Amino acid sequence: MAEVLVYVDHVDGAVRKPTLELLTLARRIGEPVAVHLGPGADTAAATLAEHGAVKVLTADAPEFADYLVAPKVDALQAAYEAVSPAAVLLPSSTEGKEIGARLAVRIGSGIITDAVDLEAGDEGPVATQSVFAASYTTKSRITTGTPVITVKPNSAAPEAAPAAGTVEQLAVTVAETSKGTKVVSRTPRESTGRPDLTEAAIVVSGGRGVNGAENFPVIEALADSLGAAVGASRAAVDAGWYPHTNQVGQTGKSVSPQLYIAAGISGAIQHRAGMQTSKTIVAINKDAEAPIFDLVDYGVVGDLFEVVPALTDEVKARKG
Amino acid sequence: MSLRIVVCVKYVPDATGDRHFAEDLTVDRDDVDGLLSELDEYAVEQALQIKEAADDDAEITVLTVGPEDASDALRKALSMGADKGVHVEDDDLHGTDALGTSLVLAKAIEKTGYDLVVCGMASTDGTMGVLPALLAERLGVPQVTQLSEVSVEGGTVKGRRDGDTATEQLEASLPAVVSVTDQSGEARYPSFKGIMAAKKKPVESLDLDDLDIEADEVGLAGAWTKVDEAAERPARTAGTIVKDEGEGGKQLAEFLAGQKFI
Repeated sequence: MAEVLVYVDHVDGAVRKPTLELLTLARRIGEPVAVHLGPGADTAAATLAEHGAVKVLTADAPEFADYLVAPKVDALQAAYEAVSPAAVLLPSSTEGKEIGARLAVRIGSGIITDAVDLEAGDEGPVATQSVFAASYTTKSRITTGTPVITVKPNSAAPEAAPAAGTVEQLAVTVAETSKGTKVVSRTPRESTGRPDLTEAAIVVSGGRGVNGAENFPVIEALADSLGAAVGASRAAVDAGWYPHTNQVGQTGKSVSPQLYIAAGISGAIQHRAGMQTSKTIVAINKDAEAPIFDLVDYGVVGDLFEVVPALTDEVKARKG
Repeated sequence: MSLRIVVCVKYVPDATGDRHFAEDLTVDRDDVDGLLSELDEYAVEQALQIKEAADDDAEITVLTVGPEDASDALRKALSMGADKGVHVEDDDLHGTDALGTSLVLAKAIEKTGYDLVVCGMASTDGTMGVLPALLAERLGVPQVTQLSEVSVEGGTVKGRRDGDTATEQLEASLPAVVSVTDQSGEARYPSFKGIMAAKKKPVESLDLDDLDIEADEVGLAGAWTKVDEAAERPARTAGTIVKDEGEGGKQLAEFLAGQKFI
Protein backbone atom coordinates (compact mmCIF):
# COMPACT_ATOMS: atom_id res chain seq x y z
CA MET A 1 0.00 0.00 0.00
CA ALA A 2 1.15 3.53 -0.76
CA GLU A 3 2.84 5.46 2.01
CA VAL A 4 1.58 8.85 3.18
CA LEU A 5 3.89 11.31 4.90
CA VAL A 6 2.46 12.96 8.00
CA TYR A 7 4.29 15.98 9.41
CA VAL A 8 4.30 15.77 13.21
CA ASP A 9 3.40 18.83 15.26
CA HIS A 10 4.78 18.38 18.75
CA VAL A 11 6.36 20.11 21.72
CA ASP A 12 9.54 18.22 22.71
CA GLY A 13 7.97 14.92 21.70
CA ALA A 14 4.49 15.59 23.11
CA VAL A 15 2.41 15.06 19.97
CA ARG A 16 -0.41 17.56 19.50
CA LYS A 17 -3.90 16.30 18.78
CA PRO A 18 -4.16 17.59 15.16
CA THR A 19 -1.32 15.21 14.23
CA LEU A 20 -3.29 12.23 15.57
CA GLU A 21 -6.20 13.39 13.43
CA LEU A 22 -3.86 13.52 10.43
CA LEU A 23 -2.77 9.93 11.07
CA THR A 24 -6.40 8.85 11.13
CA LEU A 25 -7.09 10.61 7.82
CA ALA A 26 -3.84 9.34 6.31
CA ARG A 27 -4.96 5.75 6.87
CA ARG A 28 -7.85 6.35 4.47
CA ILE A 29 -5.39 6.93 1.63
CA GLY A 30 -2.41 4.77 2.57
CA GLU A 31 0.07 3.79 5.27
CA PRO A 32 1.09 6.71 7.49
CA VAL A 33 4.80 7.47 7.81
CA ALA A 34 5.33 10.14 10.44
CA VAL A 35 8.07 12.78 10.11
CA HIS A 36 9.24 13.98 13.50
CA LEU A 37 11.73 16.86 13.54
CA GLY A 38 13.48 18.12 16.65
CA PRO A 39 13.85 16.50 20.07
CA GLY A 40 11.63 13.86 21.66
CA ALA A 41 11.20 11.35 18.81
CA ASP A 42 11.42 8.37 21.18
CA THR A 43 8.60 9.76 23.33
CA ALA A 44 6.54 10.65 20.27
CA ALA A 45 7.08 7.32 18.52
CA ALA A 46 4.88 5.36 20.93
CA THR A 47 1.95 7.74 20.46
CA LEU A 48 2.45 7.87 16.70
CA ALA A 49 2.61 4.06 16.47
CA GLU A 50 -0.54 3.72 18.55
CA HIS A 51 -2.34 5.89 16.00
CA GLY A 52 -1.17 4.02 12.94
CA ALA A 53 2.31 5.22 11.99
CA VAL A 54 4.12 2.31 10.36
CA LYS A 55 7.36 4.24 10.48
CA VAL A 56 8.65 7.35 12.23
CA LEU A 57 11.33 9.22 10.31
CA THR A 58 13.23 11.48 12.65
CA ALA A 59 15.90 14.13 12.48
CA ASP A 60 17.15 16.65 15.00
CA ALA A 61 19.39 19.59 14.21
CA PRO A 62 19.93 22.96 15.88
CA GLU A 63 18.92 24.63 12.61
CA PHE A 64 15.28 23.62 13.13
CA ALA A 65 15.10 25.95 16.11
CA ASP A 66 17.63 28.56 15.04
CA TYR A 67 16.06 29.46 11.70
CA LEU A 68 12.50 29.92 10.53
CA VAL A 69 10.70 27.21 8.54
CA ALA A 70 13.17 26.59 5.67
CA PRO A 71 15.40 23.96 7.41
CA LYS A 72 12.24 21.95 8.15
CA VAL A 73 11.36 22.13 4.46
CA ASP A 74 14.78 20.61 3.69
CA ALA A 75 14.03 17.78 6.13
CA LEU A 76 10.55 17.10 4.80
CA GLN A 77 11.95 17.11 1.27
CA ALA A 78 14.51 14.50 2.37
CA ALA A 79 11.67 12.38 3.78
CA TYR A 80 9.72 12.83 0.55
CA GLU A 81 12.71 11.64 -1.48
CA ALA A 82 13.30 8.68 0.83
CA VAL A 83 9.70 7.46 0.72
CA SER A 84 8.10 8.62 -2.57
CA PRO A 85 4.74 8.99 -0.82
CA ALA A 86 1.26 9.11 -2.32
CA ALA A 87 0.56 12.32 -0.40
CA VAL A 88 2.04 14.66 2.21
CA LEU A 89 -0.22 15.79 5.04
CA LEU A 90 0.49 18.66 7.43
CA PRO A 91 -1.53 20.43 10.10
CA SER A 92 -3.09 23.73 8.98
CA SER A 93 -1.05 25.82 11.39
CA THR A 94 0.88 28.86 10.21
CA GLU A 95 4.04 26.79 10.14
CA GLY A 96 2.38 23.72 8.62
CA LYS A 97 1.04 25.78 5.74
CA GLU A 98 4.35 27.53 5.12
CA ILE A 99 6.32 24.28 5.13
CA GLY A 100 3.75 22.64 2.85
CA ALA A 101 3.78 25.56 0.42
CA ARG A 102 7.55 25.61 0.04
CA LEU A 103 7.72 21.84 -0.31
CA ALA A 104 5.05 21.99 -3.03
CA VAL A 105 7.15 24.42 -5.09
CA ARG A 106 10.24 22.26 -4.68
CA ILE A 107 8.64 18.98 -5.68
CA GLY A 108 6.45 20.48 -8.41
CA SER A 109 3.15 19.63 -6.73
CA GLY A 110 -0.15 21.32 -6.16
CA ILE A 111 -1.21 22.27 -2.63
CA ILE A 112 -4.55 22.37 -0.87
CA THR A 113 -4.82 24.11 2.51
CA ASP A 114 -7.38 24.04 5.31
CA ALA A 115 -9.04 20.76 4.36
CA VAL A 116 -11.79 19.78 6.80
CA ASP A 117 -12.09 16.23 5.50
CA LEU A 118 -10.13 13.86 3.31
CA GLU A 119 -11.07 10.70 1.45
CA ALA A 120 -9.57 8.42 -1.17
CA GLY A 121 -10.69 9.11 -4.73
CA ASP A 122 -10.13 7.48 -8.12
CA GLU A 123 -7.66 10.20 -9.03
CA GLY A 124 -5.99 10.68 -5.67
CA PRO A 125 -7.14 12.11 -2.35
CA VAL A 126 -10.22 14.33 -2.37
CA ALA A 127 -10.18 17.21 0.11
CA THR A 128 -13.26 18.91 1.47
CA GLN A 129 -12.87 22.61 2.23
CA SER A 130 -15.17 25.16 3.76
CA VAL A 131 -14.84 28.49 1.93
CA PHE A 132 -16.23 32.03 1.74
CA ALA A 133 -16.72 32.26 5.50
CA ALA A 134 -18.05 28.69 5.46
CA SER A 135 -20.93 29.58 3.13
CA TYR A 136 -19.68 27.01 0.58
CA THR A 137 -18.32 23.49 0.82
CA THR A 138 -15.96 22.43 -1.95
CA LYS A 139 -14.33 19.18 -2.96
CA SER A 140 -10.94 19.51 -4.60
CA ARG A 141 -7.99 17.42 -5.62
CA ILE A 142 -4.47 17.92 -6.78
CA THR A 143 -3.87 17.21 -10.44
CA THR A 144 -0.09 17.61 -10.66
CA GLY A 145 2.62 16.02 -8.55
CA THR A 146 2.27 14.46 -5.11
CA PRO A 147 -0.68 15.98 -3.25
CA VAL A 148 0.41 18.30 -0.42
CA ILE A 149 -2.56 18.90 1.85
CA THR A 150 -2.89 20.80 5.11
CA VAL A 151 -5.77 19.81 7.37
CA LYS A 152 -7.58 21.91 9.97
CA PRO A 153 -7.73 20.77 13.59
CA ASN A 154 -10.93 18.91 14.61
CA SER A 155 -11.39 17.48 11.12
CA ALA A 156 -11.43 13.88 12.32
CA ALA A 157 -11.66 12.01 15.59
CA PRO A 158 -8.28 10.39 16.33
CA GLU A 159 -8.60 6.60 16.22
CA ALA A 160 -6.21 4.10 17.75
CA ALA A 161 -4.81 1.69 15.14
CA PRO A 162 -1.64 0.14 16.48
CA ALA A 163 1.20 -0.14 13.96
CA ALA A 164 4.93 -0.79 14.10
CA GLY A 165 6.09 2.81 14.37
CA THR A 166 9.69 1.83 13.68
CA VAL A 167 11.96 4.80 14.32
CA GLU A 168 14.42 5.52 11.51
CA GLN A 169 16.97 8.29 11.34
CA LEU A 170 16.52 10.61 8.40
CA ALA A 171 19.67 12.08 6.87
CA VAL A 172 19.10 15.81 6.44
CA THR A 173 21.42 18.42 4.98
CA VAL A 174 20.26 21.91 5.78
CA ALA A 175 21.07 24.14 2.80
CA GLU A 176 22.94 27.42 3.39
CA THR A 177 20.08 29.23 1.66
CA SER A 178 17.70 27.81 4.28
CA LYS A 179 19.51 29.72 7.04
CA GLY A 180 18.22 33.10 5.91
CA THR A 181 15.79 33.93 8.68
CA LYS A 182 17.37 33.83 12.10
CA VAL A 183 15.24 33.26 15.19
CA VAL A 184 16.98 35.75 17.48
CA SER A 185 14.85 34.95 20.51
CA ARG A 186 11.87 32.84 21.42
CA THR A 187 9.60 33.55 24.37
CA PRO A 188 7.25 30.67 25.13
CA ARG A 189 3.67 31.69 25.75
CA GLU A 190 2.57 31.37 29.33
CA SER A 191 0.16 28.49 29.74
CA THR A 192 -3.31 29.37 31.00
CA GLY A 193 -4.04 25.73 31.83
CA ARG A 194 -7.01 25.90 29.46
CA PRO A 195 -7.29 23.75 26.33
CA ASP A 196 -5.74 25.03 23.13
CA LEU A 197 -8.23 27.19 21.24
CA THR A 198 -8.08 25.35 17.93
CA GLU A 199 -8.16 21.90 19.51
CA ALA A 200 -10.81 22.46 22.19
CA ALA A 201 -14.10 20.58 22.10
CA ILE A 202 -15.86 23.59 23.62
CA VAL A 203 -15.03 27.27 23.05
CA VAL A 204 -16.54 30.20 24.96
CA SER A 205 -15.92 33.56 23.27
CA GLY A 206 -16.52 37.13 24.37
CA GLY A 207 -16.98 40.19 22.19
CA ARG A 208 -17.75 43.87 22.29
CA GLY A 209 -20.57 43.23 24.77
CA VAL A 210 -18.06 42.12 27.42
CA ASN A 211 -17.21 45.79 27.60
CA GLY A 212 -13.70 45.75 29.09
CA ALA A 213 -10.76 43.54 29.96
CA GLU A 214 -11.86 43.62 33.59
CA ASN A 215 -15.05 41.74 32.65
CA PHE A 216 -13.41 38.86 30.78
CA PRO A 217 -13.22 36.73 33.97
CA VAL A 218 -17.00 36.29 33.52
CA ILE A 219 -16.26 34.53 30.21
CA GLU A 220 -13.30 32.64 31.68
CA ALA A 221 -15.37 31.35 34.57
CA LEU A 222 -17.93 29.85 32.21
CA ALA A 223 -15.14 28.36 30.09
CA ASP A 224 -13.52 26.80 33.15
CA SER A 225 -16.80 25.31 34.35
CA LEU A 226 -17.13 23.58 30.96
CA GLY A 227 -13.44 22.74 30.51
CA ALA A 228 -13.48 25.02 27.49
CA ALA A 229 -11.02 27.30 25.69
CA VAL A 230 -11.57 31.06 25.72
CA GLY A 231 -11.93 33.00 22.48
CA ALA A 232 -12.49 36.64 21.67
CA SER A 233 -13.90 38.57 18.74
CA ARG A 234 -11.79 41.01 16.80
CA ALA A 235 -13.58 43.94 18.43
CA ALA A 236 -12.56 42.68 21.87
CA VAL A 237 -8.98 42.05 20.73
CA ASP A 238 -8.64 45.40 18.95
CA ALA A 239 -9.89 47.11 22.11
CA GLY A 240 -7.05 45.42 24.00
CA TRP A 241 -9.34 43.38 26.25
CA TYR A 242 -7.94 39.97 25.29
CA PRO A 243 -4.79 38.72 23.52
CA HIS A 244 -4.70 38.39 19.76
CA THR A 245 -3.69 34.74 20.10
CA ASN A 246 -7.25 34.08 21.33
CA GLN A 247 -8.94 35.85 18.44
CA VAL A 248 -11.52 33.80 16.57
CA GLY A 249 -12.20 34.91 13.03
CA GLN A 250 -10.80 35.46 9.61
CA THR A 251 -7.58 37.08 10.85
CA GLY A 252 -7.38 35.04 14.00
CA LYS A 253 -7.99 31.37 14.65
CA SER A 254 -10.52 29.32 12.84
CA VAL A 255 -12.26 26.95 15.24
CA SER A 256 -14.60 24.05 14.73
CA PRO A 257 -15.51 22.73 18.18
CA GLN A 258 -18.42 20.55 19.22
CA LEU A 259 -19.91 23.54 21.05
CA TYR A 260 -19.30 27.25 20.47
CA ILE A 261 -20.74 29.80 22.89
CA ALA A 262 -20.65 33.43 21.73
CA ALA A 263 -21.33 36.00 24.43
CA GLY A 264 -21.74 39.65 23.50
CA ILE A 265 -20.69 38.97 19.90
CA SER A 266 -22.83 40.42 17.11
CA GLY A 267 -21.57 37.98 14.46
CA ALA A 268 -19.87 40.10 11.79
CA ILE A 269 -18.77 38.15 8.71
CA GLN A 270 -15.17 38.37 9.95
CA HIS A 271 -16.10 36.43 13.07
CA ARG A 272 -18.45 34.02 11.33
CA ALA A 273 -15.61 32.99 9.03
CA GLY A 274 -13.79 31.60 12.04
CA MET A 275 -16.55 29.68 13.82
CA GLN A 276 -19.38 28.88 11.43
CA THR A 277 -18.38 25.22 11.11
CA SER A 278 -18.82 24.61 14.84
CA LYS A 279 -21.21 21.70 15.42
CA THR A 280 -23.49 23.38 17.95
CA ILE A 281 -23.65 27.17 18.24
CA VAL A 282 -25.06 29.10 21.17
CA ALA A 283 -25.25 32.89 21.52
CA ILE A 284 -26.06 35.31 24.27
CA ASN A 285 -26.65 38.88 23.17
CA LYS A 286 -28.74 41.85 24.26
CA ASP A 287 -29.57 42.74 20.67
CA ALA A 288 -32.29 40.44 19.30
CA GLU A 289 -31.36 41.61 15.77
CA ALA A 290 -27.69 40.55 16.04
CA PRO A 291 -26.74 38.46 12.96
CA ILE A 292 -25.20 35.78 15.19
CA PHE A 293 -28.75 34.63 16.01
CA ASP A 294 -29.11 33.48 12.36
CA LEU A 295 -26.49 30.81 13.06
CA VAL A 296 -27.49 29.52 16.46
CA ASP A 297 -28.97 26.28 17.63
CA TYR A 298 -29.92 28.06 20.82
CA GLY A 299 -29.90 31.77 21.53
CA VAL A 300 -30.65 33.85 24.59
CA VAL A 301 -31.60 37.47 24.08
CA GLY A 302 -30.42 39.04 27.29
CA ASP A 303 -27.66 40.70 29.28
CA LEU A 304 -24.59 38.48 29.27
CA PHE A 305 -23.70 39.69 32.76
CA GLU A 306 -26.94 38.09 33.97
CA VAL A 307 -27.08 35.04 31.74
CA VAL A 308 -23.44 33.91 31.74
CA PRO A 309 -22.92 33.81 35.53
CA ALA A 310 -26.28 32.07 35.94
CA LEU A 311 -25.23 29.50 33.36
CA THR A 312 -21.84 29.05 35.05
CA ASP A 313 -23.54 28.40 38.40
CA GLU A 314 -25.92 25.95 36.79
CA VAL A 315 -23.09 24.07 35.05
CA LYS A 316 -21.17 23.82 38.31
CA ALA A 317 -24.25 22.64 40.18
CA ARG A 318 -25.04 19.98 37.59
CA LYS A 319 -21.46 18.77 37.50
CA GLY A 320 -21.64 18.57 41.28
CA MET B 1 21.26 53.58 -2.37
CA SER B 2 17.56 53.69 -2.24
CA LEU B 3 15.51 50.85 -0.75
CA ARG B 4 13.25 49.22 -3.34
CA ILE B 5 10.06 47.94 -1.75
CA VAL B 6 7.46 45.91 -3.64
CA VAL B 7 4.08 45.45 -1.97
CA CYS B 8 1.90 42.64 -3.34
CA VAL B 9 -1.78 43.51 -3.19
CA LYS B 10 -4.90 41.61 -4.19
CA TYR B 11 -8.22 42.78 -5.52
CA VAL B 12 -10.84 40.62 -3.82
CA PRO B 13 -14.63 40.30 -3.75
CA ASP B 14 -16.07 42.22 -0.81
CA ALA B 15 -16.44 39.71 2.04
CA THR B 16 -19.59 41.42 3.24
CA GLY B 17 -21.21 40.73 -0.15
CA ASP B 18 -22.83 37.50 -1.25
CA ARG B 19 -19.88 35.57 -2.69
CA HIS B 20 -20.47 32.80 -5.23
CA PHE B 21 -18.72 30.46 -7.60
CA ALA B 22 -19.02 30.91 -11.35
CA GLU B 23 -19.93 27.99 -13.63
CA ASP B 24 -16.28 27.00 -14.10
CA LEU B 25 -15.97 26.85 -10.27
CA THR B 26 -13.71 29.89 -10.10
CA VAL B 27 -14.68 32.83 -7.92
CA ASP B 28 -17.54 34.77 -9.49
CA ARG B 29 -16.16 38.29 -9.73
CA ASP B 30 -19.11 39.81 -11.56
CA ASP B 31 -21.52 39.20 -8.74
CA VAL B 32 -19.88 41.16 -5.95
CA ASP B 33 -17.99 44.44 -5.82
CA GLY B 34 -14.26 44.13 -5.47
CA LEU B 35 -11.82 46.06 -3.36
CA LEU B 36 -8.25 46.07 -2.06
CA SER B 37 -7.99 43.13 0.36
CA GLU B 38 -8.19 44.61 3.82
CA LEU B 39 -5.23 42.56 5.00
CA ASP B 40 -3.08 44.06 2.22
CA GLU B 41 -3.76 47.55 3.55
CA TYR B 42 -1.61 46.59 6.52
CA ALA B 43 1.19 45.64 4.12
CA VAL B 44 0.95 49.01 2.36
CA GLU B 45 0.95 50.76 5.74
CA GLN B 46 4.09 48.98 6.94
CA ALA B 47 5.84 49.71 3.64
CA LEU B 48 4.98 53.38 4.08
CA GLN B 49 6.31 53.35 7.63
CA ILE B 50 9.53 51.67 6.51
CA LYS B 51 9.90 54.33 3.82
CA GLU B 52 9.27 57.12 6.32
CA ALA B 53 11.83 55.63 8.71
CA ALA B 54 14.30 55.55 5.81
CA ASP B 55 13.85 59.32 5.45
CA ASP B 56 12.04 58.69 2.19
CA ASP B 57 15.13 57.13 0.66
CA ALA B 58 12.90 54.33 -0.51
CA GLU B 59 10.55 53.69 -3.37
CA ILE B 60 7.34 51.69 -3.03
CA THR B 61 5.93 49.78 -5.98
CA VAL B 62 2.55 48.14 -5.54
CA LEU B 63 2.04 45.03 -7.61
CA THR B 64 -1.14 43.21 -8.43
CA VAL B 65 -2.17 40.30 -10.66
CA GLY B 66 -5.76 40.38 -11.78
CA PRO B 67 -8.39 41.55 -14.25
CA GLU B 68 -8.90 45.16 -15.36
CA ASP B 69 -10.84 46.11 -12.22
CA ALA B 70 -7.86 45.12 -10.08
CA SER B 71 -6.37 48.53 -10.93
CA ASP B 72 -8.76 49.84 -8.23
CA ALA B 73 -6.64 48.02 -5.66
CA LEU B 74 -3.51 49.69 -7.04
CA ARG B 75 -5.15 53.13 -6.97
CA LYS B 76 -6.14 52.67 -3.35
CA ALA B 77 -2.56 51.76 -2.42
CA LEU B 78 -1.19 54.66 -4.49
CA SER B 79 -3.59 57.05 -2.79
CA MET B 80 -2.29 55.84 0.58
CA GLY B 81 1.17 56.92 -0.55
CA ALA B 82 2.86 54.21 -2.66
CA ASP B 83 4.94 55.61 -5.53
CA LYS B 84 4.08 53.52 -8.55
CA GLY B 85 2.08 50.51 -9.64
CA VAL B 86 2.58 47.37 -11.70
CA HIS B 87 -0.50 45.56 -12.99
CA VAL B 88 -0.12 42.09 -14.47
CA GLU B 89 -3.20 41.50 -16.58
CA ASP B 90 -3.77 38.74 -19.11
CA ASP B 91 -6.87 36.82 -20.19
CA ASP B 92 -4.93 33.58 -19.77
CA LEU B 93 -4.61 34.26 -16.02
CA HIS B 94 -8.27 33.43 -15.32
CA GLY B 95 -8.46 30.60 -12.77
CA THR B 96 -4.78 30.69 -11.73
CA ASP B 97 -4.14 28.92 -8.40
CA ALA B 98 -1.83 30.02 -5.58
CA LEU B 99 1.24 28.32 -7.06
CA GLY B 100 0.63 29.93 -10.45
CA THR B 101 0.04 33.32 -8.85
CA SER B 102 3.30 33.03 -6.94
CA LEU B 103 5.10 32.30 -10.23
CA VAL B 104 3.63 35.40 -11.88
CA LEU B 105 4.36 37.60 -8.87
CA ALA B 106 7.92 36.29 -8.52
CA LYS B 107 8.69 37.04 -12.19
CA ALA B 108 7.12 40.48 -11.95
CA ILE B 109 9.04 41.24 -8.74
CA GLU B 110 12.32 40.19 -10.37
CA LYS B 111 11.56 42.33 -13.40
CA THR B 112 10.71 45.34 -11.24
CA GLY B 113 13.78 44.93 -9.01
CA TYR B 114 13.48 44.75 -5.23
CA ASP B 115 15.18 44.71 -1.87
CA LEU B 116 12.08 43.99 0.19
CA VAL B 117 8.75 42.38 -0.69
CA VAL B 118 5.87 43.10 1.69
CA CYS B 119 2.65 41.06 1.68
CA GLY B 120 -0.45 40.82 3.81
CA MET B 121 -0.77 37.67 5.96
CA ALA B 122 -3.46 36.18 3.69
CA SER B 123 -6.05 37.27 1.17
CA THR B 124 -9.56 37.77 2.45
CA ASP B 125 -11.01 35.53 -0.29
CA GLY B 126 -8.80 32.44 -0.59
CA THR B 127 -7.41 32.89 2.96
CA MET B 128 -4.68 30.31 2.31
CA GLY B 129 -1.88 32.44 3.76
CA VAL B 130 0.79 30.60 1.77
CA LEU B 131 1.73 33.18 -0.83
CA PRO B 132 4.57 34.88 1.11
CA ALA B 133 6.23 31.49 1.73
CA LEU B 134 5.74 30.50 -1.92
CA LEU B 135 7.33 33.78 -3.03
CA ALA B 136 10.31 33.34 -0.70
CA GLU B 137 10.85 29.84 -2.06
CA ARG B 138 10.61 30.98 -5.69
CA LEU B 139 12.79 34.05 -5.21
CA GLY B 140 15.30 32.11 -3.09
CA VAL B 141 15.33 34.73 -0.34
CA PRO B 142 14.51 34.62 3.40
CA GLN B 143 10.88 34.67 4.54
CA VAL B 144 10.12 36.82 7.56
CA THR B 145 6.44 36.15 7.85
CA GLN B 146 3.35 36.73 10.01
CA LEU B 147 4.88 39.77 11.70
CA SER B 148 3.08 41.99 14.15
CA GLU B 149 6.04 44.41 14.13
CA VAL B 150 8.54 45.06 11.37
CA SER B 151 11.49 47.39 10.83
CA VAL B 152 14.38 47.75 8.40
CA GLU B 153 17.80 49.02 9.38
CA GLY B 154 20.87 49.04 7.20
CA GLY B 155 20.11 46.05 5.03
CA THR B 156 18.51 43.98 7.80
CA VAL B 157 14.83 43.37 8.35
CA LYS B 158 13.67 42.58 11.87
CA GLY B 159 10.28 41.47 13.02
CA ARG B 160 8.19 39.92 15.72
CA ARG B 161 6.14 36.80 15.04
CA ASP B 162 3.43 35.81 17.52
CA GLY B 163 3.04 32.09 17.12
CA ASP B 164 0.73 29.61 18.81
CA THR B 165 3.24 28.55 21.42
CA ALA B 166 5.82 31.34 21.43
CA THR B 167 6.69 34.85 20.37
CA GLU B 168 9.76 35.00 18.17
CA GLN B 169 12.06 37.84 17.21
CA LEU B 170 13.27 37.28 13.67
CA GLU B 171 16.01 38.78 11.59
CA ALA B 172 17.14 38.45 7.97
CA SER B 173 19.38 40.21 5.50
CA LEU B 174 17.80 41.85 2.49
CA PRO B 175 16.53 40.95 -0.01
CA ALA B 176 13.68 39.26 1.82
CA VAL B 177 9.94 38.58 1.73
CA VAL B 178 7.94 39.89 4.66
CA SER B 179 4.30 39.38 5.58
CA VAL B 180 2.46 41.38 8.22
CA THR B 181 -0.63 40.63 10.28
CA ASP B 182 -3.55 42.87 11.19
CA GLN B 183 -1.79 43.45 14.51
CA SER B 184 0.98 45.45 12.80
CA GLY B 185 -0.85 48.75 13.01
CA GLU B 186 -3.97 50.40 11.60
CA ALA B 187 -3.70 51.33 7.94
CA ARG B 188 -3.99 55.06 7.19
CA TYR B 189 -6.90 56.51 5.23
CA PRO B 190 -5.95 58.15 1.94
CA SER B 191 -6.12 61.94 2.17
CA PHE B 192 -7.87 63.99 -0.50
CA LYS B 193 -4.42 65.11 -1.64
CA GLY B 194 -3.32 61.48 -1.77
CA ILE B 195 -6.31 60.52 -3.89
CA MET B 196 -5.64 63.34 -6.34
CA ALA B 197 -1.91 62.54 -6.49
CA ALA B 198 -2.64 58.85 -7.13
CA LYS B 199 -4.30 59.67 -10.43
CA LYS B 200 -0.99 60.94 -11.77
CA LYS B 201 1.21 58.15 -10.48
CA PRO B 202 2.55 55.74 -13.12
CA VAL B 203 1.08 52.24 -13.45
CA GLU B 204 2.96 49.85 -15.67
CA SER B 205 0.94 47.16 -17.39
CA LEU B 206 2.50 43.74 -17.97
CA ASP B 207 1.24 40.59 -19.63
CA LEU B 208 2.48 36.99 -19.65
CA ASP B 209 4.77 37.64 -22.65
CA ASP B 210 6.50 40.42 -20.75
CA LEU B 211 7.23 37.94 -17.96
CA ASP B 212 8.26 35.02 -20.21
CA ILE B 213 5.47 32.86 -18.83
CA GLU B 214 3.69 30.39 -21.10
CA ALA B 215 -0.11 30.45 -21.06
CA ASP B 216 -0.26 26.79 -20.00
CA GLU B 217 1.76 27.51 -16.84
CA VAL B 218 -1.11 29.55 -15.41
CA GLY B 219 -4.88 29.87 -15.58
CA LEU B 220 -7.37 27.08 -15.06
CA ALA B 221 -5.47 24.83 -17.49
CA GLY B 222 -2.20 25.35 -15.64
CA ALA B 223 -3.65 24.98 -12.15
CA TRP B 224 -2.27 22.04 -10.19
CA THR B 225 -5.40 21.84 -8.10
CA LYS B 226 -8.92 21.32 -9.31
CA VAL B 227 -12.23 22.10 -7.65
CA ASP B 228 -14.64 19.31 -8.61
CA GLU B 229 -17.65 20.43 -6.61
CA ALA B 230 -18.81 23.57 -4.86
CA ALA B 231 -22.05 23.43 -2.92
CA GLU B 232 -23.68 26.23 -1.00
CA ARG B 233 -23.84 25.27 2.64
CA PRO B 234 -27.42 24.48 3.52
CA ALA B 235 -28.97 27.20 5.63
CA ARG B 236 -29.00 26.27 9.29
CA THR B 237 -32.40 25.29 10.51
CA ALA B 238 -33.72 28.07 12.70
CA GLY B 239 -32.57 27.59 16.27
CA THR B 240 -34.51 28.13 19.45
CA ILE B 241 -34.31 31.72 20.68
CA VAL B 242 -35.51 32.70 24.12
CA LYS B 243 -35.70 36.07 25.81
CA ASP B 244 -34.08 36.20 29.21
CA GLU B 245 -36.75 36.93 31.80
CA GLY B 246 -34.49 35.85 34.65
CA GLU B 247 -34.37 32.19 33.63
CA GLY B 248 -32.16 32.52 30.52
CA GLY B 249 -29.07 30.97 32.12
CA LYS B 250 -31.06 28.06 33.46
CA GLN B 251 -32.83 27.46 30.14
CA LEU B 252 -29.50 27.49 28.35
CA ALA B 253 -28.08 24.99 30.84
CA GLU B 254 -31.11 22.80 30.16
CA PHE B 255 -30.39 22.93 26.43
CA LEU B 256 -26.69 22.12 26.95
CA ALA B 257 -27.56 19.22 29.25
CA GLY B 258 -29.99 17.91 26.61
CA GLN B 259 -27.12 17.97 24.11
CA LYS B 260 -24.91 16.16 26.66
CA PHE B 261 -22.44 19.02 27.01
CA ILE B 262 -22.96 19.01 30.78
